[in-house]
Amino acid sequence: MELRKLTDIEIGTVATIDSFTDEETSILLLEMGCLPGESIEISNIAPLGDPIAIKVSGYKLSLRKKEAATILVR
Amino acid sequence: MNKQFNVALIGNPNTGKSTLFNALTGLNQKIGNFSGVTVERKTGKLELNENLTASLIDLPGTYSLYPRSADEHIALEILNSTKNPDYPNVVVVVVDATNLKRNLLLLTQLIDLQLPVVLALNMMDVAQQSGIEIKVTLLAEKLGVPVVAVTARDLQGISALKDAIVQQFEHPTLPSSTINIHGYAPEVIDEIKNYFHINNDYAAFELAHHYHELNNLTQEKKDAIEAIGLKYNFNANKTQVAETIDRYNYINEILSDTVRKNKPALEETRSNTLDAILTHRIFGLLIFFVILFGVFQSIFNWSQYPMNVIENAFIGIENYLTAILPAGILTNLIIGGILPGMSGVLIFLPQIAVLFLFIAILEDTGYMARVTFMMDRLMKNFGLNGKSVVPLISGIACAVPAIMSARSIENWKDRLITIFVTPFMSCSARLPVYTLLISLVVPNKFVFGFLSLQGLILMAMYLLGFVSALLAGWLLKLFIKTKSKSYFLMELPVYRMPRWSNVGITIFNKARTFVVQAGKVILAVSIILWVLATFGPSKDFDAIEKKYATKPSDSTTIALHGTALESKIKAEKLEASYAGLLGKFIEPAIKPLGYDWKIGIALVTSFAAREVFVGTMSTIYSVQDDGESLTTVREKMLEARNPETGELTFSFATVMSLMIFYAFAMQCMSTFAVVYRETNGIKWPLIQLFTMTAFAYLAAFAVYQLLS
Repeated sequence: MELRKLTDIEIGTVATIDSFTDEETSILLLEMGCLPGESIEISNIAPLGDPIAIKVSGYKLSLRKKEAATILVR
Repeated sequence: MNKQFNVALIGNPNTGKSTLFNALTGLNQKIGNFSGVTVERKTGKLELNENLTASLIDLPGTYSLYPRSADEHIALEILNSTKNPDYPNVVVVVVDATNLKRNLLLLTQLIDLQLPVVLALNMMDVAQQSGIEIKVTLLAEKLGVPVVAVTARDLQGISALKDAIVQQFEHPTLPSSTINIHGYAPEVIDEIKNYFHINNDYAAFELAHHYHELNNLTQEKKDAIEAIGLKYNFNANKTQVAETIDRYNYINEILSDTVRKNKPALEETRSNTLDAILTHRIFGLLIFFVILFGVFQSIFNWSQYPMNVIENAFIGIENYLTAILPAGILTNLIIGGILPGMSGVLIFLPQIAVLFLFIAILEDTGYMARVTFMMDRLMKNFGLNGKSVVPLISGIACAVPAIMSARSIENWKDRLITIFVTPFMSCSARLPVYTLLISLVVPNKFVFGFLSLQGLILMAMYLLGFVSALLAGWLLKLFIKTKSKSYFLMELPVYRMPRWSNVGITIFNKARTFVVQAGKVILAVSIILWVLATFGPSKDFDAIEKKYATKPSDSTTIALHGTALESKIKAEKLEASYAGLLGKFIEPAIKPLGYDWKIGIALVTSFAAREVFVGTMSTIYSVQDDGESLTTVREKMLEARNPETGELTFSFATVMSLMIFYAFAMQCMSTFAVVYRETNGIKWPLIQLFTMTAFAYLAAFAVYQLLS
């Protein structure tokens, strides 16, 4: 299956984390439980369009689109 | 026999760590700062059994031992060095039982540091309701550390937790390493272990990662670690990625047969529904503004009564002391310097308490995280961060606790800008100044029959403060450069009912911090001001004394007797005092703003604390203290005219210019002191003082010239 940026999937679609495009950001994301192989879902988007809230590793995490775009999902 | 030992409480944010801390220590808490840094240090007495008492320290919430904020850094600093006075004998790791996976990351790191740990599974009640089944005994067996299920909010499992702490203190069980750390950088770890004479792989690995930010290392040691790293091409990022992934693999294996989730958690579903409303595109923002408006209203309405009580109490004390103390310089100091200083601090307590009541509730329920989430996009444009919202809102009450609450912002640049712009927010100390000035020139009329015109102008002043804070942030963004990228990663915790004891303790602690931090500065400054306003070149003072010493038998002074005469003497003395001289000295500089030397005195005296303006005005216009000082000072000010030109001293242009000056100038020594501590240096508070005051001067100048 082809890889897409997390920001390119629709709200409510469950995807699986594949890899990251930015090493520095990936460290923070990994620590917060965004691990390759983990399922991930965009839960909602802030009223002004950014940041977004995602469901991952059993909780809700918010992050800016800039950071979310470094997560590749399948 | 009493044995004293240290227990540390550590855990992710939103795990109910503070609730557990409160449950373990009660109100037996001490708040201070860690030496050399400005992070709040909360300790308490933990009575374990009749002959064993520990000192419990609450470490700031952190997700791992890779710190991101000043708060998180402290945990690393303490746990990394056995010589640290706070180095714990036992560490209690608090985790949210409904969200074990991410919470256990920190635990595995602590185990690998060979620290005796106790795992406290908090919020077990919520976990059970959500259909999460945790096999506690098996979990303890697999992890190799004691595990205790607790529900901190209704004190369940507390005694079992205490027993486990005692057990780990007396006969610690230390499991072997959770992952193979040595493999990430064998040579680096070995050399660091040799150099420091330690035998723990993870401690050495941590040093390789964090040596540059550890305050307890000498430069020589830092250089040595750096050299070792360079020698073997140590890649900090890659090894950290590998470590994190390995840890999660270990955790997944542990959790595979110890935790079972039977149904989608009810709390979570409810939380999602709430999020759909509370962070909705339109309603979300609307609800936020309604809440903000309510908070704003309550700060003023609810605190009115207690503020009057405090004010009257001080008038009572003043009258009492005046009556019983012998007249003299010391009595003057107490009544004219110390008492006003104390009341100047305590008068703001009600507003601060009400504000933190709301902030504590909003934070405890999880709503504040949503506000941060919604506001980040807007704040980002101005060099700020969603997390700047709490400091900015707190700034409405007082910049001192507000600036301290900026500690949770990880990115240094975002935090610095937040600290810098928070004093623009209209704080309580500006309120009496605005109230007095507005009453001078704005008629007490209603627009559309219900909107007070004076109230609208006051609101405009608050809006002006907020807008200038944003603009200042935008400007600073262009000037401050950092290597570290601004990012925003924040947990959105499940919505919960507020825990009232937490809310109460938060209010108590914030109020205490305010009294201690702002209080000592305001008190000291009031005393200095009293000296400046009471003493002057002695020949001028003698002349006044002589003038009034001769009994006023002639007809020119018939109107003056008793208190009125005293007031006149007081006013003339103020004019001759050092403060008065200063006012006259700066008159040429403030004339273009529309101020005379009398206003100059008020500018000088209120330089350390804005609210002093009103008191100075009443002294200058020799108001008799009859409890209605504000009305009287207002009338006197309205009548005041320039003796040369005959024009009103407080013309519309002058008053507007004054309001603008007070809106922008940094006239607060307490803020100066707190910025000094929070930024670890004199540079930023000085820049803040000069730019804000210069801007205030220019803006007031422009306003006066345009309006006059």
